[in-house]
This record gives sequence, C-alpha cells and structure tokens, in this order.
Amino acid sequence: MTQQFYVSPEQLMKDRADFARKGISRGRSVVVMSCRDGIALVAENASPSLHKLGEIYDRIAFAAVGKYNEFESLRQAGVRYADVRGYSYAREDVTARGLASVYAQSLGAVFTAESKPFEVELVVAEVGHAQDSDHLYRLTFDGSIADETGFVVMGGAADAVVDSLSGAWSSDLSLPEAVGAAARALRNASRPQADGTQPGVPPLDPSVLEVAFLERDPDTLRGSRRAFRRVGGPELENLLQHEQDT
Amino acid sequence: MLPDDAAAAVPRAASTSFADFLGAHHPGLLPSNRTLGPVTASTDASHLAPHATTIVSLTFPGGVLMAGDRRATMGNVIASRHIEKVFPADRYSVLGIAGSAGIGLDLTRLFQVELEHYEKIEATMMSLDGKANRLAAMVRQNLPMAMQGLAVVPLFAGFDTDRHLGRLFSFDVTGGRYEEHEHHSVGSGSVFARGALKKLWNPRLTEASAVRVAVESLYDAADDDSATGGPDTVRALWPVVYVVDGAGARRIPERDLESAAHTIIEARSAAGREA
Repeated sequence: MTQQFYVSPEQLMKDRADFARKGISRGRSVVVMSCRDGIALVAENASPSLHKLGEIYDRIAFAAVGKYNEFESLRQAGVRYADVRGYSYAREDVTARGLASVYAQSLGAVFTAESKPFEVELVVAEVGHAQDSDHLYRLTFDGSIADETGFVVMGGAADAVVDSLSGAWSSDLSLPEAVGAAARALRNASRPQADGTQPGVPPLDPSVLEVAFLERDPDTLRGSRRAFRRVGGPELENLLQHEQDT
Repeated sequence: MLPDDAAAAVPRAASTSFADFLGAHHPGLLPSNRTLGPVTASTDASHLAPHATTIVSLTFPGGVLMAGDRRATMGNVIASRHIEKVFPADRYSVLGIAGSAGIGLDLTRLFQVELEHYEKIEATMMSLDGKANRLAAMVRQNLPMAMQGLAVVPLFAGFDTDRHLGRLFSFDVTGGRYEEHEHHSVGSGSVFARGALKKLWNPRLTEASAVRVAVESLYDAADDDSATGGPDTVRALWPVVYVVDGAGARRIPERDLESAAHTIIEARSAAGREA
C-alpha cells in the first residue's frame, strides 16, 4: 500500500486554479460587447472552421477561450439543453440565466471532482429587445459566474484588451463600430509596442478574426427569430476596411 | 450533462440528431412514444382528433411552392376554419401535413428543432435529401399510431442549394419516401386537386402564376371534398402558401392570395357552368 501524501484542500484548489489559468492564458482573446444594435462577438481565431463563437438558441450565443475539445463539448451540451427545454416548454422559456447556471454547475463539478479541471472560460450572451435586458454571463473554470455589463474580454491578453477598450466602448455604438473597436483593441494588445494612432500599424486583418452578431431585431432585419449571425468573407473585409479608413 | 468518461464522450458527440437525443434521454417527449395501447383491428381512434386535409405542392423554374387550405374536420363537423397546415421547416424547406392534425403539428415541431439542432451542432445545413430522410424516419416511428387511425402524411418541399432547383417529396405511413416531379397533392381532397394540377401546371410557370395554379387546385378540391375548405370571402380567410427559392422560404402575403382567390371566383361565376 502506498501512502498518500497529505495536501491541504486550499493547496489542492490553488494548484488546480493555477493549472487552469495557465492553460487559458495561452489562448488568444475574445471580446463580447453589448451595444445599441445588439451584441458583437469578436475573437482572434486563425481557423475559419473551428469556431470559438457559436449559436445556442434564438437570442443566445456562446463564446469561449481555452481548450477546443472542452469548450466544444460544453457548447454542444448547451445546444442540447436549450433545444430540449425549448421543445418541451416553449421557445421563450430558454434563457441565458438558466443555461449559465447549468454551465456553472458542470464546471464546478469538474473542477472539484475530476482529475483535471476544464481549461476554459465562457461567456453566455443573450440579446434583449432593449439594451437594458442584454445579459452577459461570464463563467470561469471553477464554476464561478459573474453577470457583466457593457463588455467582457477573456483569454491571454485580456487585461491589455480591456485597457484599450475601456476608452472606446460606449453603449450607443453600432454593431460595425463595436467590431472595429474590438478588433483594434485585440490587435493593439497582441502587439504591445504599436500604438493604434501611429502610422505603420498593420491593418486589421480579417483572416485572423472570427466575428458574429446577435442582432437585437432579427425578425424585422431578416425575418428570422434567430438573432445569431456570422460575419465573414467580403462583409467582414468591408467592415474592417471602412473602420480602417475612418 | 457532461460525459462521465472519455469513451462515452465520442459516441455522444457523434449524434447530431435531436430526435435521437430525446429518444435516449427524454423518451417521453417524443410524439411517437405515446401509444394508445395494443394495436387491434377494432381500435380506431381516427374520430378522436381533428383531421387536416388537402395540401398541394408544385415546382416552377427556380423554386417550389406549397399550399394548404384552412379547414380541419372531426367526422362531419368543421373543427377549425383557421388551422394552418403548411410550415417552414428551416430556411430552405417547407412541409405540409395531412391526416391527424395534433400528431402532424407535433411532428412538424420536432422536425423543425431537428433541422435547427443539426445546423447548430454541425455549423452547416443538412442536405435536402438528408432532411427528407429524417422526416421519413419520423413518419415511420408514428406507424403504431397510424395503425390505430392516427396517421399523418406529410409533403415536403425544398430548394436544393447544390442542384439549384426546387424538389418535392411525398411519404407513406410506413416511412416510404418518394421524390415527386412537377407537382403532387396529399389529403382527402388530393384526387380533385391533382386533376386540376394536371391541367393547370406547365413547365414555364412564374411564381405568381404558380400561386394562382395552387389556389385554383385547392378551389377544385374544396368544390368536391367536404373536408377541404375553399377561399372564405366572409371571414377573409385564404389558403396558406409558401414559396421556396434560392433566397429561402417565404410566405405569400394575404393580399396576393385574396386577389388570386377573387380572380378565380369571378372567372368561375362568369363561366356559368355547374361543374
């Protein structure tokens, strides 16, 4: 029989948290921003098919940083949760709050009971009919949950992105303006020596950005109850080009 | 909610079907899991629930159209004058139901979630053939209920984004899937509607003329089938018509249907014929 070394619960939890934090800080950042026309989700992501941003339900989206397989399994579980709930009750009964608390329970259970915590950080965003009713829930690897207002930044260079966004964000930005502000903040943070106002800063590169919108009024805009829409290709290039010129 | 062990995570992630997930984890929510007890020759529940009747569908260059009347019957009684039997299934497809209305509405709701669920999990749309096969599987699962008189027969139409044309599928209660060409109709008034479609359809229809053909064939079905409702000028109720083309599915506005119905009624009155 081998003797187990005694590790205090404090030390155990601290080690796990450090491990998870280290994993998350290796990833690139994601910005989720509430604004006048909806919620903009902007991620630094070089892959066009492995998404960090995803649709969960009519007005609910998901954004994540960390290990792809872990947050993808959480996203799929979230889609199943939302679809079962919407099917067995009604579509309006699917809320970001309900989903976020399920995620919090799962993440908390994995953090304490499994051999390794999830190295992920998530945002569950729900767009409301007015800006006051937008919800941004931020969930961390240990299952703690925070209700944020305005914008949320997760991932590697989060602090630097927050610094450069806090001046640019205001509640009456349009969705394209919000994407431009988020993209600039992400670029500046990944190249700390460059200042956004200086000439010679590389242009906003659409090929390393993943962008999605949760539109506030999808019914009148597109005749659909699904607010989530990916923005890519020529539309994203136009949008960033326009942002670059102004 | 999270996989218990790594080995179970892979097969669970591999299933993209919402109906399969419901069957495994919440079987009570599947419409096909409600049965009326053992199937015997004497159990006939067809009188218990309203029946939805005629659906017509036809293709035209660049798209496909589906239309349904607004009547539901229970025996000799009109159960509803407002029922809708044609629904968008997703962005590029629509389905219509004939038969037991309650089962048909449940089947429609499950099918809509099934397609949306696949799209969210896979980040791509299901192919049109895939959609038709999924619907066939759902109809097949309802076979025990169909044996007891609660049959539902859908008609499915969509725009094939690979081939760039509108396609049309019919089903039988055993889940048989049949691709139809040009036009098709299901429900008790379908024999009369099909006769009208045969004479009115041609391969050069425009969208507007296709709408007129669909309304006129429903008019003929209502003329001879008591379970199919015609255009209701008193209550201003017109058929439900959806068109699917490269831009997606959209519902034809009431005012267009009203003018199509009035044109037909006036032409029939002016003709001064009995049948």
